[in-house]
Amino acid sequence: MSAHVRALAATAALLSVSMALAQQDKPPASKYRKDALVYAELTKAPQKARAKRNPLERDPDAVAAGRNLFEQHCTECHGDLAEGGRKGPSLLVEQVQNSEPGAIFWILTNGVVWRGMPVWSKLPEPQRWQLVSYIKSLGVAPKPSSGSPTAPPSGPR
Amino acid sequence: MSAAVVRSALTLFLVPLLFVSLPGSSLAQENPYIIAYDHYLEEPGNLEIEYFSTFGTERAGSDFHAFWMEFEYGATAWWTTEFYLDGQSTFGDSTVFTGFRLENRFRVWKREHFINPVLYVEYENITGADKLLKEVEGHDVETDYADRNAALRQEHKHELELKLLLSGTHKGWNVTENTLAAKNLSNSPWEFGYAIGASRPLALKASAKRCSFCRQNFIAGVEMYGGLGDRHSFGLHETSHYLAPVVAWNLPSDWTLRLSAGFGLNDNSHRLLVRWGVSREITGFGSAVKNLFGGHR
Repeated sequence: MSAHVRALAATAALLSVSMALAQQDKPPASKYRKDALVYAELTKAPQKARAKRNPLERDPDAVAAGRNLFEQHCTECHGDLAEGGRKGPSLLVEQVQNSEPGAIFWILTNGVVWRGMPVWSKLPEPQRWQLVSYIKSLGVAPKPSSGSPTAPPSGPR
Repeated sequence: MSAAVVRSALTLFLVPLLFVSLPGSSLAQENPYIIAYDHYLEEPGNLEIEYFSTFGTERAGSDFHAFWMEFEYGATAWWTTEFYLDGQSTFGDSTVFTGFRLENRFRVWKREHFINPVLYVEYENITGADKLLKEVEGHDVETDYADRNAALRQEHKHELELKLLLSGTHKGWNVTENTLAAKNLSNSPWEFGYAIGASRPLALKASAKRCSFCRQNFIAGVEMYGGLGDRHSFGLHETSHYLAPVVAWNLPSDWTLRLSAGFGLNDNSHRLLVRWGVSREITGFGSAVKNLFGGHR
């Protein structure tokens, strides 16, 4: 077998492993556990980070700009309505909506790298605050009725 | 017009058109660097397809157009893997495929810090005709690229390349420093090189409306790169260095365009390396592949 063929085979194997790692099937129970672990990250935000106020909270354009940013960068994992997707948890839950803006900003900046959320510090600070404004504007989704446990939440847009 | 020029032009204009038909993409927020790396990795499950061109002047031989396709996949939030296919056209000579590269980048720390290290490991299987100048290392100088392609292709390189990427972003400014050590696995000494860069978006706040020409979609900066000799002769003697203003345009219509004009800083350097690239990020590529093979939707 030539060196080229061996190298290409190794490449294909590595790509397969990496895709498998990124796309493992997760049963719903483990998804809930993973979501809970991600929400728990919010509580790890240092006090100094929590105490930060959103400098754009009075900016009338912040929510609209934040929604654009959310659609561009976040819907793939968190869903079009932030209701949660296969990769990312819902943001319409009390754990997120009752968190301080500074804690959400801290999560955006640092990500939850070991649990799949990348760092978003490549977005400049004002854009991260615009995202925080939009996320906080969504509010908590009403709890689904007992007959429809998978009904999607209807967060405001 | 020579056949090499025609092939080069076809590559230049036709390959990017393939990107138009790709579905399921999203706005990327890409840095403008073409040589330097910052600490940001591909988002998990996303595939970024990139095409880059380099036009280089050559005082001792013919000018050339080198090009590469790059497939960058986010395996996890801390691991990105990439595959490259390289080629070049030398004017008045020929167009040749020059090899492939496999690259991996690993984020070291799980949180964001003032300086963020990323480990970079690359295997290259290329010929001596490779003229990408994607890394300038050791005693790479302009005259190395002056021979005809037939002669340059006789040399085969199986090279291991290691980099330490140190990067941080503050007040919208990204500053990055890359240290490079490369070894041709066929009994050559370790060679060293560097790349540094700084960049910033033209506006830090996003606008409330989607727009193509808003200032926040443009990121401008500068990068500098060059060789640092090898294990036996470390230093700047007989090395080449480049300084390149760079700009990236992140379009809401899913594309990122990059442009760079690299100027040689000494007599060992090519006088000019003009680079441009186009990339498109395919979100959910991993999920799509899994669905193709019967995974859950």
